[in-house]
Amino acid sequence: MEKNVILSLKNVSKTFPVGKSLLGRPTKFVHAVNDVSFDVYEGETFSIVGESGCGKSTTGRLINHLLIPDSGEIWFQGKEISHISQDEMRPIRKDMQMIFQDPAGSLNPRMRVSELIEEPLLIHTDMSAEERAKIVNNLLKIVGLSDKHASRYPHEFSGGQKQRIGIARALTVNPHLVIADEPISALDVSIQAQVLNLLHKLQEEYKLTYVFISHDLSVVEMISDRIAVMYLGFVVETAPKEMLYKTPLHPYTEALLSAVPIPDPTLHKERIILEGDIPSTINLPKGCPFAARCKKCRPECLEQRPERVEVEPGHFVACHLYKK
Amino acid sequence: MPNTQNEQVKTDTSFEENYIDENVSVKTNKTKEFIKKFMKRKTAVAAFFVMCFLLLMALFGPSLAPYAPEAYDYDNILAGPSASHLFGTDQYGRDIFSRILAGTPLTLGVSLSSVIVGAALGTVLGLLAGYYGGWIEMLVMRGADVLFSFPDILLAIAIVALLGPGIVNVFIAVAVFTVPSFARIMRSATLAVKGSLYVEVARSLGCKDGRILFVHIFPGTLQSLIVNFTMRIGSAIMAASSLSFLGFGANIADPEWGAMLSLGRSYLSTAPHMVYLPGLVIFITVLAFNLFGDGLRDTLDPKIK
Amino acid sequence: MSQEVLLSVKDLRTEFFSSKTSSVTAIKDVSFDMYRGEVLGLVGESGCGKSVTSLSIMQLLKDTPGKVTNGSATLDGVNLVEASDTQIRDIRGGKMSMIFQEPMSALNPSMRIDKQMIETIRLHQDMTKEQALAHAADMLKKVGIPDPARVLKNYPHQLSGGMSQRVMIAMALSNNPELLIADEPTTALDVTIQAQILDLMKKLQKEDGSSILLITHDLGVVAEMCTRVIVMYAGKIVEMAPVEKLFATPSHPYTQGLIASVPKLGSGVKVLPSIPGSVPDLASMPTGCRFAPRCKYATDKCREQEPELLDISEDQKCRCWRTQEG
Repeated sequence: MEKNVILSLKNVSKTFPVGKSLLGRPTKFVHAVNDVSFDVYEGETFSIVGESGCGKSTTGRLINHLLIPDSGEIWFQGKEISHISQDEMRPIRKDMQMIFQDPAGSLNPRMRVSELIEEPLLIHTDMSAEERAKIVNNLLKIVGLSDKHASRYPHEFSGGQKQRIGIARALTVNPHLVIADEPISALDVSIQAQVLNLLHKLQEEYKLTYVFISHDLSVVEMISDRIAVMYLGFVVETAPKEMLYKTPLHPYTEALLSAVPIPDPTLHKERIILEGDIPSTINLPKGCPFAARCKKCRPECLEQRPERVEVEPGHFVACHLYKK
Repeated sequence: MPNTQNEQVKTDTSFEENYIDENVSVKTNKTKEFIKKFMKRKTAVAAFFVMCFLLLMALFGPSLAPYAPEAYDYDNILAGPSASHLFGTDQYGRDIFSRILAGTPLTLGVSLSSVIVGAALGTVLGLLAGYYGGWIEMLVMRGADVLFSFPDILLAIAIVALLGPGIVNVFIAVAVFTVPSFARIMRSATLAVKGSLYVEVARSLGCKDGRILFVHIFPGTLQSLIVNFTMRIGSAIMAASSLSFLGFGANIADPEWGAMLSLGRSYLSTAPHMVYLPGLVIFITVLAFNLFGDGLRDTLDPKIK
Repeated sequence: MSQEVLLSVKDLRTEFFSSKTSSVTAIKDVSFDMYRGEVLGLVGESGCGKSVTSLSIMQLLKDTPGKVTNGSATLDGVNLVEASDTQIRDIRGGKMSMIFQEPMSALNPSMRIDKQMIETIRLHQDMTKEQALAHAADMLKKVGIPDPARVLKNYPHQLSGGMSQRVMIAMALSNNPELLIADEPTTALDVTIQAQILDLMKKLQKEDGSSILLITHDLGVVAEMCTRVIVMYAGKIVEMAPVEKLFATPSHPYTQGLIASVPKLGSGVKVLPSIPGSVPDLASMPTGCRFAPRCKYATDKCREQEPELLDISEDQKCRCWRTQEG
């Protein structure tokens, strides 16, 4: 079966200015996202993993047109969207919704639950109040809340319940793509599983495509079909889930996987402990972004950026150890 | 690994699937909590009652006055306070108490309406400056800076001097000198709310600028708006009275509080009550609005208990 | 391993007062013994009272509305709950020290690292400034900081998150504490940095045989580090067991649910069993067993009477009617 590409990033880069000279010109730049390319297929869950500051959240906001890339192209449903105007973007947003990490912050504290959930309907449709109320009540039940809660305010709910409200809001307009930016990392362990299961159920019911942004490799393994690993704003490895977890190619992916603590005391695995800290994204290293912490670093790694190569079908890596 | 309990949990998920989470915290009544917290501030509560009293005075005072404001009584000229003339009389024998009552709607009316107009203008400018930034912000804020560089009353005098004296021009002057303070406060409030995640969410949902501004940002700035509003009424009364006192405002014959002060100035040595009593009323009024504003600000501040 | 009791907590109850008369009970009936040389995990979700328990033991509730209203915590024969301020100050940072979740906020931002370390060391040990500085450098080397001389001259903001957590650990260990309380020591850190810190803590524990009370929500960290585990739910201990036993045969339905709901790397499942509902509010605790509203085994008895924390085998305790009655 031929898979349809729903979203495609081509060499996308984004920098943020920091520090200002006397004339108000920025003196330094944070290189948040560097030359990122990947395709997302319809109906799959594509995860972006990495540690803090790796550019995964910025990538999510670039896809959602909340940020405009410095260079590169973003194609969504066959249309280049990176540089279109807000007005041109509005109808597209109906098909592309986002769920945010901080469930409390993402809900306007002065709006009732019903007003929060129906907001996309107000923007994108001209439904009557009754039609909207019907959809809201139905969605509340789908995400495991009671329709009695529709007239409540967000502060009366727990973190997990707030995230359910956020999810319900994203689903009102039947989107095709949902970008979930760390949707469960602010939640408690037992609540995380609830929300993950909910996302899984909704994906099957609504045929959703997810771009799932997370730092948690165990969660990502559960929910993803394909994964991109980011480090210092670069995608260092992209692969289907099974390949990535069974045969990680990039030394960083390997270290990242081995660093995850496993909730099983009988298991004693050998760890790859990385030396040092994640370098700053203000002065990018000249060669491979991971070279400074890499145990397999070679002279060329310090000099030259590795190119992306396809080692096996669908498994891409940017590392000098793997040459064409 | 043998783990019978976990297996069991895995196979039976019907309990979870049908579970509706009803565990929502007790519904809080924000208005009730607000009133309870405000009641703890005794001075502000007192100020609130004075304010209510003043507003009632403005509504019903003129009809309750013992004398007509223009009623001359040549037997009692410049008489001190007595049982028949509670606040004494002026140089024409007019009852000062009745004139203060008669002047309440005029003084409060001019100040209130000019603050309302000034606040509305300043709020819109501040919202636009905070939300759009760029040249709009530059223009609004530099404009506010220029107006701010005049001491309050000087600015009002300059405007009245330009437009000519009269109560309508006082209204315009006070309104203009109210605008920059609202523009500044609303700009910073807008910037604070604009940075919050739920505004970014609104943008991601596809809200238009107008909806983001008025549905998502404006309600978040209401607190600072209300507090500044009550505070500015005090200074507007001061400014309007001062302009009248200086002879730029109401006709000297009108029972406007500032104009009455001005009239009494020449008799300060012989009949000091002509200055002190209207002055005291102005003082109490301004104080009441300011103290109420203070109390309101503290009540709305979640950091203050 | 010797079974000498180092810290004994009995019937600890801590309440948070909103006024003189009204309060909510954050933890209740918390009793456990901690043995010398063990790493004891205190596990639970936010609001379960694990951090309040550690703060109550450390007597760090003084500036909060919280107050220990019942029970005792005895360290080496001294009841910390009733100890005087001077006694506590002497014990804290000496016999008993703590590392926190946010290393940045636990360090004084306006003081260089060397000053902070020298001060801590000289408070509890009779040393000259030079001796203390040398000791500080030794400690930094011990926690794997490659260039102690440079780090000592830095201010906290010049250090990365992982580096400042190492400095915190070095400071906490500089007076050879008998008990180290670590409150979510790696939660604010990235995975690869967390691996570094856990590795370090394990190494130091093995070398010195120190006793660590590890407070965490992360069952992966528990499995990695702990010898024995206490599980808390809604302000009470619900289960206590050696780590292998807890993961192999969890007894309380909450523990079972918690362990089952954590995705395990390499397990290959798509849907996780989860615990439905949410944690009850401290102010409105359900009567009977506090977990009953979310428990699929709950009976009328569970909803009416609260079970006790009882031994179900020689080293496992559980607070559940179902396990106690078979």
